[in-house]
Amino acid sequence: MSGASAARSQGKTNSNDVEAHPDEVARKQAMDVLASANANELADAWESWTDRPDVAPLRGPETGLVMIRGRMGGGGAPFNFGEATVTRATVSLSNGQVGHAYALGTDKDKVRHAAIFDALWQDEGTRRAVEEHVVAPIRQRLDAQDKQCREETAATRVDFFTMVRGED
Amino acid sequence: MYVAVKGGEAAINNAHQLLADRRRADRSVPAMHLEQIIGQLGLGIDRIMAEGSLYDCDLAALAFKQARGDMIEAIFLLRAYRTTLPRFGYSNPIDTGKMLIERRISATYKDLPGGQLLGPTFDYTHRLLDPELMQDLPVDAPKTREAETGQAPRVSEILAQEGLIENDGDLPDDHQTGDLTREPTEFPMSRDVRLQALSRGDEGFLLALGYSTQRGFARSHPFAGEIRIGEVDVEIDVPELGFAINLGRIRVTECQMVNQFSGSAKSPPQFTRGYGLVFGQSERKAMAMALVDRSLRARELGEDITAPAQDEEFVISHSDNVQATGFVEHLKLPHYVDFQAELELVRRMRAEHDRNRPDGNAGETPNDKLEAAE
Repeated sequence: MSGASAARSQGKTNSNDVEAHPDEVARKQAMDVLASANANELADAWESWTDRPDVAPLRGPETGLVMIRGRMGGGGAPFNFGEATVTRATVSLSNGQVGHAYALGTDKDKVRHAAIFDALWQDEGTRRAVEEHVVAPIRQRLDAQDKQCREETAATRVDFFTMVRGED
Repeated sequence: MYVAVKGGEAAINNAHQLLADRRRADRSVPAMHLEQIIGQLGLGIDRIMAEGSLYDCDLAALAFKQARGDMIEAIFLLRAYRTTLPRFGYSNPIDTGKMLIERRISATYKDLPGGQLLGPTFDYTHRLLDPELMQDLPVDAPKTREAETGQAPRVSEILAQEGLIENDGDLPDDHQTGDLTREPTEFPMSRDVRLQALSRGDEGFLLALGYSTQRGFARSHPFAGEIRIGEVDVEIDVPELGFAINLGRIRVTECQMVNQFSGSAKSPPQFTRGYGLVFGQSERKAMAMALVDRSLRARELGEDITAPAQDEEFVISHSDNVQATGFVEHLKLPHYVDFQAELELVRRMRAEHDRNRPDGNAGETPNDKLEAAE
């Protein structure tokens, strides 16, 4: 409980991200991974979680839209690019810890699980387990996928060579 | 007097049942799964998402299947669906400079940091039908090569160093980013709203307009400075957290068109730019969008407006294929009363016309006969 409110108040004071609190950065990184997880990965992790607390929904899961913005010329003034479906959930655990999650798409179960793990992450007692058993393996898979993509793309890089013709 | 007519309910129900049957087609052939559509007809899905202006592969695949492959019908379905959802907010602007690049080419610089990466392209294929695809033969895994580390800067940043190209495009600090899904369309439009309209505009329409600028209607000497395709993070500020989180990634195509510009009263000679940004892998659309974005900047740059592609109201009012199809296709709905009224009117006009003939002959002239025969 205190963890959640502490993180939140830290967030408020640092919302201009001049110098974000280390805990906040770590939580954001975990939430980013949870948002990119597969539904199955989170469902399996929750299934196999020992000492599962009772979970009460505070908001959602609910699906809505986020208008994605771009920048003209790539780095200029913002413009509204187009919308995407987004699902969000807020849950509270039996110990009072509150967790939030947002992710692209319409998968409500996935986002509810992500919110549960966000709550468990904020609890000092379970943070390590969430990092090690949930976040780390998913991050590893995502990193490996990105690496694979980069290497496949790199194989299509053009190596130019010049052909010298004539005497000089 | 008009007597209201009802009917057709049974016919409509049966027509829709027939549609479901024709959509399913031969029952001995397995039905398509959405995963197959997303995986194997991905560029079609990308187009539906781009012009539906809604990024969701699953919903786009469902719409594609439901519409029997009719793109505009699928786009219409997606647009209709989005109206049922609440808006949670606006994302922070995506950063295409941090893209996980899947393709990146420049027609202006051979050697550029990050290299020319062809990616999964149709370019340099011979456009010969491949009979092997009629069977489900195994496909080799793609080749890999160690990837360069470090970012691939946008080509516009490289050109900017010499000062011969205009910057990315700014609007006044107090400018509220326009949103055509929320505000009525007004002309003249600011460039941000135009870009939103172009990004969801019909690919064929924008392609034709872009082509027209190349052929001399608002000639603008373009080069494809850069095209890049890949995934970018979508980040949103979450008020209950007090910091921004990633929602996941989307695939986009960005085109930086660079145009020679000989200067005007408003701007010195330099390279000007057109910008294209489209959901998914949609290279043709991004290029067409960039051409049209540039031509629509005529007023801003002090160019003469002489061609359709420079006419903002003409282009933006007709670029949306859902609006266009709605108005064109409404013509097939019953217009019995309108037509009766017009029929009556034309009969009266014809009678009057015949009465006023100098020879008083009410019969048909040879000319009328010719038309009827045609």
